Amino acid sequence: MRGSAIHIDNIGKQYRIGAPENRHPTLKDALSASSRRAMLAIRSPLQIFRNKQQHRFWALRGVSFHVEQGEVIGIIGRNGAGKSTLLKVLSRITEPTEGQVVIRGRVGSLLEVGTGFHPELTGRENIYLNGAILGMKRREIERKFDEIVDFAEVQRFIDTPVKHYSSGMYLRLAFAVAAHLEPEILIVDEVLAVGDASFQRKCLGKMGQVANEGRTVLFVSHNMDAVRRLCTRALLLDDGEVAADGTTESVIAQYLSRESEFIRPGVPIDVSRAQRMGNGEVRFVQATYSSLEESVGCQPYTGGPLQLKVEIDSKSDRLIESLAVSIRNLTGMLLVNADVVASGTPLSVRKGRNAVIFNIHALHLNPGRYVVGLWAGDALRTASDHITEAFELDVISAEAGGLGLTPRDNGVVPCRFDVHVNAGPVSPSA
Amino acid sequence: MQRSARSDFVTLSLRRLLSAICKGGSMAHDGVIPKGANSAEFGGDPYQRDESDTSGPSVVVIRPSKGLANLNLLELWEYRELLYFLVWRDVKVRYKQTALGVSWAIIQPFFTMVVFSLFFGKLAGVPSDGLPYPIFAFAALVPWTFFASGLSQSSNSLVSSQDLIKKIYFPRLAIPIASVFAGLIDFALAFLVLLGMMLFYGMAPTAQVVWIPALLLLALVTSLGVGLWFSALNVLYRDVAHIVPFTVQFWLFITPIAYPSSLLPEPWRTLYGLNPMAGVVEGFRWSLLGTETAPGPMIAVSALAALCILAGGAYYFRWMERSFADRV
Repeated sequence: MRGSAIHIDNIGKQYRIGAPENRHPTLKDALSASSRRAMLAIRSPLQIFRNKQQHRFWALRGVSFHVEQGEVIGIIGRNGAGKSTLLKVLSRITEPTEGQVVIRGRVGSLLEVGTGFHPELTGRENIYLNGAILGMKRREIERKFDEIVDFAEVQRFIDTPVKHYSSGMYLRLAFAVAAHLEPEILIVDEVLAVGDASFQRKCLGKMGQVANEGRTVLFVSHNMDAVRRLCTRALLLDDGEVAADGTTESVIAQYLSRESEFIRPGVPIDVSRAQRMGNGEVRFVQATYSSLEESVGCQPYTGGPLQLKVEIDSKSDRLIESLAVSIRNLTGMLLVNADVVASGTPLSVRKGRNAVIFNIHALHLNPGRYVVGLWAGDALRTASDHITEAFELDVISAEAGGLGLTPRDNGVVPCRFDVHVNAGPVSPSA
Repeated sequence: MQRSARSDFVTLSLRRLLSAICKGGSMAHDGVIPKGANSAEFGGDPYQRDESDTSGPSVVVIRPSKGLANLNLLELWEYRELLYFLVWRDVKVRYKQTALGVSWAIIQPFFTMVVFSLFFGKLAGVPSDGLPYPIFAFAALVPWTFFASGLSQSSNSLVSSQDLIKKIYFPRLAIPIASVFAGLIDFALAFLVLLGMMLFYGMAPTAQVVWIPALLLLALVTSLGVGLWFSALNVLYRDVAHIVPFTVQFWLFITPIAYPSSLLPEPWRTLYGLNPMAGVVEGFRWSLLGTETAPGPMIAVSALAALCILAGGAYYFRWMERSFADRV
């Protein structure tokens, strides 16, 4: 019989925004704030209550689920959905505001690789220190010491201060200590692979070994593909609540449909309230994308064109030296950056609303989901308006309905190719 | 390209992991019904560990803490090895990449003593309970330096360990405690110099020397007590970083280091013990140099005051600890 490894019951975590938890206050602020509050209380006792409510928000609310021993569960959701807050609560870094979690077994997470390393200490010293910080007993560290050193491949430098290590060595050593913690419950964030190819193979072996011992794994990812392949069960967090919990396929389907509810080709997307940086001299207001290919519902497709109409509000008649559309994949890697600065001809815009049309002639992107960003600024990279994640779009396969399968480990860019088979060896002269 | 290779690696490794789990099953804990399944019913303590059953996994209950904090010293004891390693780290790192190394532990109190002897002893003619002024000052400066450095190190300790606090769980009390303990090495060195000076002046320690460890403990308790208040406050208000040096300086002058407490008549002298460092300093002189001040009642007052500061500091720290990770 398997017991439940994690039992989460109605967990909630409340943060205050704009108030002490988000910035470094000084005593003066605290004093003046409390006197202001006192003044408010005198003037209108109800106001102070309402004021308080406005400055709080729930990063997590009413989250309940169980994880069975040995289960591999994927946690998905947009940025700010509460994934990292949930991890913080589970690893006891921050306390929940309400609810209760019961955890059976030691929790280890690969989020904290290298934390607690001291640059002045040698590799040997740091193994002991880091092991102790991660909760290993001294005997345990002594027992695994050689294994850790072998694993990290730093034998020759074990008595050198780690500040002289290359970044690769540093990471390998840090990962080696974390990997030898042998927790019953492992929390994995996407970013865990370090080092070169041969070291990665070693990591694989180590993780296989860990898995054989029946560990529970919580896998947090933005990468639907990874979650789909790895997890039997998934959990969708949205706005701090569990929006879906079930088989990986169904949860992912729900996530994707939720995301694309309002964002379709040819329909203007309101970006005026997106998260942005910049001085606001010009502002992106609206964006519309289309492949101009009616037969696929104007959906962008591999190798096809992409037209992007952006509407910009400008505070004055001016020249925009740099205006760019960027496309990233879901892991945040920048794939395309179409910037007018490359052409050397600034765009002149009028005070008020302007429409700019970008035509990308061919989209060399594999089918999948991508994030579009918008940028306006000067050639010296001072931002007037910068939205890293304006909206997401799906690129579909041009051969939709064809016979081909999408390979599981697709590359970043597509390539056109054909294959011929001839009998006999390839002739060297040809 | 690199990034994608990395995420491929992640998927690959986790896929193997998954298949291994499916095949291998969870032999390790099969059939173990963990004890303490209802430890949630205990009151008060937000983080309970039930380790009575060593064969099964430990059970941790996470829930919001309410009301007065629980010191949870038991858990701190469980993490004693971490405490040891943190002290060891602080000791190792303190004088790394310094030209004079560990001699800084002596230079500081020694030169303060020289300056005090010149200005207070010679020029101002401050009385020194019938002792040579240099040794009178140095016997006080040795425990004082331990206190002062412990106080400033621990006050900054939480903020300088914010990476740890934001990423890993362990009893946060370990951090300021470790930084106070790390000062003991410096103290031992300076104490040796003090013994050397006594030899130089031809003084033998009296039988009261057995009280030194207790007096040192009193200095430690005071240093830690104030350090706990400051370190927790520092998380919230970075003003503390500016207040600490000022506090140390101010405290130096309200402690009978450059002058004897015998300048005060009783009962004021006993009340002077409300500054715990007054008790420590006079105690050191009494037990090592045999001053005839008989500081017993004063030390008793000091001990009481120090314990109050420590208890208050510890509870305040634990109470604030809930939000350290969110606020630091």
